[in-house]
Amino acid sequence: MQKTLDQFAIGEHGTVKHVGGEGKIKRRLFDMGITPGAEILLRKRAPLGDPLEITVRNYELSLRITEAQCVLLDVADITTAGEAAK
Amino acid sequence: MKRFALAGNPNCGKTTLFNSLTGSTAHVGNWPGVTVDKRDGVYKKCAEPVAVIDLPGIYSLSPYTPEEVIARNYILDEKPECVINIVDATNLERNLYLTTQILEMDVPMVIALNMMDAVERQGDKIDAKELEKRLGVPVVKISALREQGLAELMDKAFNESQKERHGSTVLSDTALAHLINDVRIALSGQNVNNPLFHAIKLVEGDEIEVAMHKETVPMVEEFKKTFEDDTFGTDFEALVADGRYKYISKYFAPVLTRKNKEKFKMSRSDKADKVLTNRWAGIPIFLLILFCIFHLTFSENFLFISTFADWAHSPLPTLEDLGLLTAEGEPINYGVRWLATIYDGTIYSPGVIVNNIWNDMLVGELFGWIGGLIEGSGMAAWAIGLINNGIIEGLSAVLSFLPPILTLFLFFSILEDSGYMARIAFILDRMFRRFGLSGRSFLPMIMGFGCSVPAMINTRTLADEKERTATVRVIPFFSCGAKLPILTAVAGAVMLHFAKGNGSADLITYAMYILGIVVAIVSVLLMRSTTLKGETPPFIMELPAYHMPQFKNLMAHLWDKTKHFVKKAFTIILASTIVIWVLTHFGFDWHFLDDEQINDSILAGLSRLIQPLFTPLGFGSQLGTFGWVFVLAAVAGLIAKENVISTFATLGACLIAAGVPELNGFTSDVIYADETGIQAVLAMIAATGITVPGLISFIAFNMTTIPCFAAVGTAKSELGDKKRFNWTLVFWIITSYTVGAIVYTIGSWWWTLFIWAAVAAGVTCFIVFYNKGKIKIKLPKRAK
Repeated sequence: MQKTLDQFAIGEHGTVKHVGGEGKIKRRLFDMGITPGAEILLRKRAPLGDPLEITVRNYELSLRITEAQCVLLDVADITTAGEAAK
Repeated sequence: MKRFALAGNPNCGKTTLFNSLTGSTAHVGNWPGVTVDKRDGVYKKCAEPVAVIDLPGIYSLSPYTPEEVIARNYILDEKPECVINIVDATNLERNLYLTTQILEMDVPMVIALNMMDAVERQGDKIDAKELEKRLGVPVVKISALREQGLAELMDKAFNESQKERHGSTVLSDTALAHLINDVRIALSGQNVNNPLFHAIKLVEGDEIEVAMHKETVPMVEEFKKTFEDDTFGTDFEALVADGRYKYISKYFAPVLTRKNKEKFKMSRSDKADKVLTNRWAGIPIFLLILFCIFHLTFSENFLFISTFADWAHSPLPTLEDLGLLTAEGEPINYGVRWLATIYDGTIYSPGVIVNNIWNDMLVGELFGWIGGLIEGSGMAAWAIGLINNGIIEGLSAVLSFLPPILTLFLFFSILEDSGYMARIAFILDRMFRRFGLSGRSFLPMIMGFGCSVPAMINTRTLADEKERTATVRVIPFFSCGAKLPILTAVAGAVMLHFAKGNGSADLITYAMYILGIVVAIVSVLLMRSTTLKGETPPFIMELPAYHMPQFKNLMAHLWDKTKHFVKKAFTIILASTIVIWVLTHFGFDWHFLDDEQINDSILAGLSRLIQPLFTPLGFGSQLGTFGWVFVLAAVAGLIAKENVISTFATLGACLIAAGVPELNGFTSDVIYADETGIQAVLAMIAATGITVPGLISFIAFNMTTIPCFAAVGTAKSELGDKKRFNWTLVFWIITSYTVGAIVYTIGSWWWTLFIWAAVAAGVTCFIVFYNKGKIKIKLPKRAK
């Protein structure tokens, strides 16, 4: 199953398929390691619901929902690793 | 002297390494982007001394943020003899992404694998020898914090700097290899330095490169036409980034063997984070932390102990109750004087205790002693006046504020070092977006509470030009340490004079802090909807792992700050104090005037010229002959805000000498902080008959007007554009004048509130109407 990062539930993880967005934002996402093949776990949402906190390439990154919409992922099967974050 | 440049990701321990190498006290913090300019120092333990340059922390060499451009241009243009690339071993893949880009430059290079101790503590292993082989440049394991491996690192770097290195790329086994090679050969033909680096950037379509190599661009475009990739099409920027990470995952990542095979494990830091950025508790915790910081720094009622005691009907005894004071209200002995710094019917907060010790036991004693010495020296009356009433009064008024400034600064340093600052940005981003800013602009703003200068420099971490401009403009509204004396002195005087000691000076102080924040929010909203319109900038930010703040780093911060402050006190502030004293004690005919003839002085004459301008603000013409003192203090504040209080002190001393009406029941030992300042303000109130709204308007004006020289200079260099800078000055003048006028008129005649509300509504309607149909909200395209 594929969906964009903003639609992930907390603790869900997946593999990046495609990164959209424009110029600056896309470049920034790439520079921070969100490239096809990278694994991402949605850790939490900020108290006001936005931005999101994810784990990518073994570190924590925060990004907004509008930016997360640019990232399309293959959702991993029922998660074992995700349990750890709960 | 050879120059070694330190390059690496934000928050990889670069500045700690820099400090360990150079023994300097550069600013270190656990916040991505603390080093925003390059700094240098000298490392002496090599074969010969070498200069070490600390470049800003960056994730990439893309052209999008000013810091990346600074670092990139430094390596390309200044050609350091060696680049030391610091790689955070706990975060190998992302750190090596930058490494792959530096590798492409023709510069000798060494990798410092930092935080190895943290990696080994987790039971993980990194095969540095293997990494070295795969990268083709020396790799040295170090711990910057524990100063391990530094000598080896510098020896290797020195060794490398003797050699020449040609750029190499990890993209040579991707589909792009041919394209890159063709461009590289073309550039080499034109004798371009760093041909490989420029070739790859040209292929990416990097803005800076395209402008730099105009003649080569058509050729590159021609080459590109022959190229098509299945996944990325012709998105070359994506192709290059993807190629780098693919290579890293395939060849570099395997040098790390993890003990814990789990992909997303919970560390201690994650557990702390679960609480601190919790959905429900996150914001209350943040507010509580801010409250605690201010409470620990300023409160004279530590943990509200005396309030609880009052509730329990057993109030704590004051020193007087205990019979420890003489009839004149002085402590009976030296021990009691020490006790009085900690306790007097209420327990003081640590910040207040430090402050009392500094002021009552150290500075007060020292200056009192010097003053007495001068008094008895038999010097000419004017010389004694200059030294005692001018210089010493002014200096002690300024120095008395060192403790609260440092205490506040210490707390902010702890927040920064621990990694919590980044979380504050995370928590508040949603709120900041309402005003058209990102959560990242919160850090420069809150740093503004300490000092505007580093705060403005820190705005370089904001990638968006308009957001930066708006942030730089409102930073002065976050009342800095130097403005605090104005607040407490005026607030203290208001409380004593008008409320006869029954009000709360702290309440006025807090209210003014909040006023500053409100003014900042309103003006950001105004700017972002008129002159600085634009999309909300992105918020893609690393959240560094929490760690205990390092004592060494904290002390370095404090020492840096102290040096800066003391230097300022003894140079620019001392100089302006002397100038002001001289100009208030000589008439236009250069005749020495006694203190009581202050009204005939040159400065009085000059200040009276502009005094009418401030009438709508409540400290202009309506104040009569002595009214110019407030005008003068405000103008002196343009040099340095500490000047306002030192001017108060100088003028207050004159006014008291001139026999202003007796000071309403002022007892000196109950007031926190600066007796000199409060006494001076009381004298000024008595002399001018200024009203409370006038005084509050005076504070408001000083808080929102043009900041000190240093901050103005910083704003100028940070804004870059001359026109933008001039408008910033205009903005500050208009804002402070308006805010002062609003405060004064509403405070004096409450019904003017309706007039102002009508004006505000009018402005809002106009902006909404003006923007109608013009607002285009551009959302990033959804993937797919």
